[in-house]
Amino acid sequence: MAVMTYIQAITTALREEMIRDEKVFILGEDVGKKGGVFRATDGLYDTFGEDRVLDTPLSESAIAGVGIGAAMYGMRPIAEMQFADFILPAVNQIISEAAKLRYRSNNDWNAPITIRAPYGGGVHGALYHSQSIESIFANQPGLKIVMPSTPYDAKGLLKAAIRDNDPVLFFEHKRAYRLLKGEVPEEDYVLPIGKADVKREGTDITVITYGLCVHFALQAAEKLAEEGISTHILDLRTVYPLDKDAIIEAAKKTGKVLLITEDNLEGSIIGEVAAIIAENCLFDLDAPIKRLAGPDVPAMPYAPTMEKFFMVNPEKCEKAMRDLAEF
Amino acid sequence: MAIEQITMPQLGESVTEGTISTWLVDVGDKVNKYDPLAEVLTDKVNAEVPSSYTGIIKELIVNEGETVAVGEVICKIETVQASTKDASPEEVKNGELEEVTTNDLSMKKRYSPAVLRLAQDHNIDLTNVDGTGRAGRITRKDIESIMKQGVRATSSASPDTSTTTKEIIPQQNTEKKASPVVHTGDIEIPVTGIRKVIANNMVKSKQEIPHAWMTVEVDVTDLVTCRNQVKEEFKQKEGFSITYFAFFVKAVATALKEYPAINSTWAGDKIIQRKDINLSIAVATDNELFVPVIKLADEKSIKGIAKEINELATKARAHKLSGQDIQGGTFTVNNTGSFGSVHSMGIINHPQAAILQVESIVKRPVIINNMFAARDMVNLCLSLDHRILDGLVCGRFLARVKEILENMNKDTINIY
Repeated sequence: MAVMTYIQAITTALREEMIRDEKVFILGEDVGKKGGVFRATDGLYDTFGEDRVLDTPLSESAIAGVGIGAAMYGMRPIAEMQFADFILPAVNQIISEAAKLRYRSNNDWNAPITIRAPYGGGVHGALYHSQSIESIFANQPGLKIVMPSTPYDAKGLLKAAIRDNDPVLFFEHKRAYRLLKGEVPEEDYVLPIGKADVKREGTDITVITYGLCVHFALQAAEKLAEEGISTHILDLRTVYPLDKDAIIEAAKKTGKVLLITEDNLEGSIIGEVAAIIAENCLFDLDAPIKRLAGPDVPAMPYAPTMEKFFMVNPEKCEKAMRDLAEF
Repeated sequence: MAIEQITMPQLGESVTEGTISTWLVDVGDKVNKYDPLAEVLTDKVNAEVPSSYTGIIKELIVNEGETVAVGEVICKIETVQASTKDASPEEVKNGELEEVTTNDLSMKKRYSPAVLRLAQDHNIDLTNVDGTGRAGRITRKDIESIMKQGVRATSSASPDTSTTTKEIIPQQNTEKKASPVVHTGDIEIPVTGIRKVIANNMVKSKQEIPHAWMTVEVDVTDLVTCRNQVKEEFKQKEGFSITYFAFFVKAVATALKEYPAINSTWAGDKIIQRKDINLSIAVATDNELFVPVIKLADEKSIKGIAKEINELATKARAHKLSGQDIQGGTFTVNNTGSFGSVHSMGIINHPQAAILQVESIVKRPVIINNMFAARDMVNLCLSLDHRILDGLVCGRFLARVKEILENMNKDTINIY
């Protein structure tokens, strides 16, 4: 097994899927010759040529729209939004068209498109390069939103997204790209969309989170273990639709639940997770369901101190986790 | 720990004094900072006095209805050092936090849904569980570890029996005390037989009887001299020792004859004064306590009493006391002096009205006629049932016992 960075796992998945199925193609800004601004499609243009790795104009609505149209005609497009922040012009295409297509056409049509986008802050990207936008799409039945936290999950889930017969939004934390390394099998494997994953077994508190925050929570859990606090960590992996069974099981395991997201607190994914727990786990709860999230301010600030204030980090996780453990 | 004072606050610009209308806390109560302590009435406003500290109420200095000037101390609070300064999150590191949690039990009775459910499912009495959570909160893990250990903090009383008879109450309480978690190496001794009877009687007596106490000091120099003179001869002649205790029992029996009120029993709506003077004496073995009875003690000589004490004690230690031997006591004399005790507060032998503890005879300097003298002194400590007896009659009774004992000398004592 090879140790890969998160972004290498993404590139590997793309390459393998393009080899496996010639209907798979990539379109996006700078994805071709340049290999993507984060180098996610590095080398693919050279291997598969300009017909399968398309450099597009700076028009997200067109990238999404062309992708959806190609998908309806049997292709397996992978559309890249250069930054998740820029997906907003494509929202109409994604929500009104892709998400509802199968339902609207009474199963005659479907759109097996994967839309990849790097999200998240902590990279001094400020307003236009730091946002978490998953909650915008997280009440649109017909869509799936996948946000893997490890290189292993990234490869397996991206393959699953590409092979899925309906639209999947695939959000990759841009800070994870080169920060996170992990063992990734070289053989072909697919992880199920819609299934959460226990990243650490524990008995004192349960942390439910996703994306880069899983990494922060794991770091904090390691520290807290030295104090005798045992943390159970559930990685949602798919944030829409949620894996209710796994959430309920994880919450019941300890009765003390901390939910973490980098997104702004109000209206975020974890609010829905809290609702699922509240509905199903009342008599197992030993503490109020706690949330750790970004503040409800309009954007990730640029000033490093302010960005630090906004971002979830291991220290904030550790504090919130200890606080809950001691409750 | 520090003692902090709460003063009468200035409740309005021109207000100079305030009246405590109601105390909202009692001594021993745990209060948090800003919790209301008392309602205060001034000529301008009625207001609550908040606590400036987190801690335990040590003393309420001003009574309800009392008016004091602004700035006067109205109560004292014992605070935990760590909580006197405003602990900011950064300051609350491990050590300090632990200190706060061990003293603050404000969350002890806030039960989470999980804790309530588990407690009900497994019949665990939460009042007996020590919480490890913040501010004494019982966590789900606490309950789970109890379930795992199998140490059940259950109360044996089913809901319907707890309301029926008074007799249940002492049993419940003794069992509650036995509920702490047992650690490895600890020895568990089941409470059975005599120990259980003792426990129940003591709890019953202590809970039911409003005890009051009184102590007199008696000069028994002459008695000691006299007894030392006859000791050897008596032993040779009679075959057993003549103890001081026999003289005390005799003196008590004589005084009881004159103060029959002391020799009585509480019977709810009436008080029964006993004709017979049957004195219970406490005899302890290693693990047990027996209270055999010297019947009609007032009719017996000192020798007769001494003989009976000897016999009863021997029987008790051999576990040969019969039901007859321990029944019918009307008053108890307890020889606490035999362990060297000089002062004690006995628990009344239910349903008697009083118990007298005869303490150790100690040689002490005493002033007689403005001169120091070495005298043999002894304390007699009386516990009385204040429903039946008052200080006056008990005082007189004790004075009489004292008088009898102090007048015991070789001229007056008739041992045989």
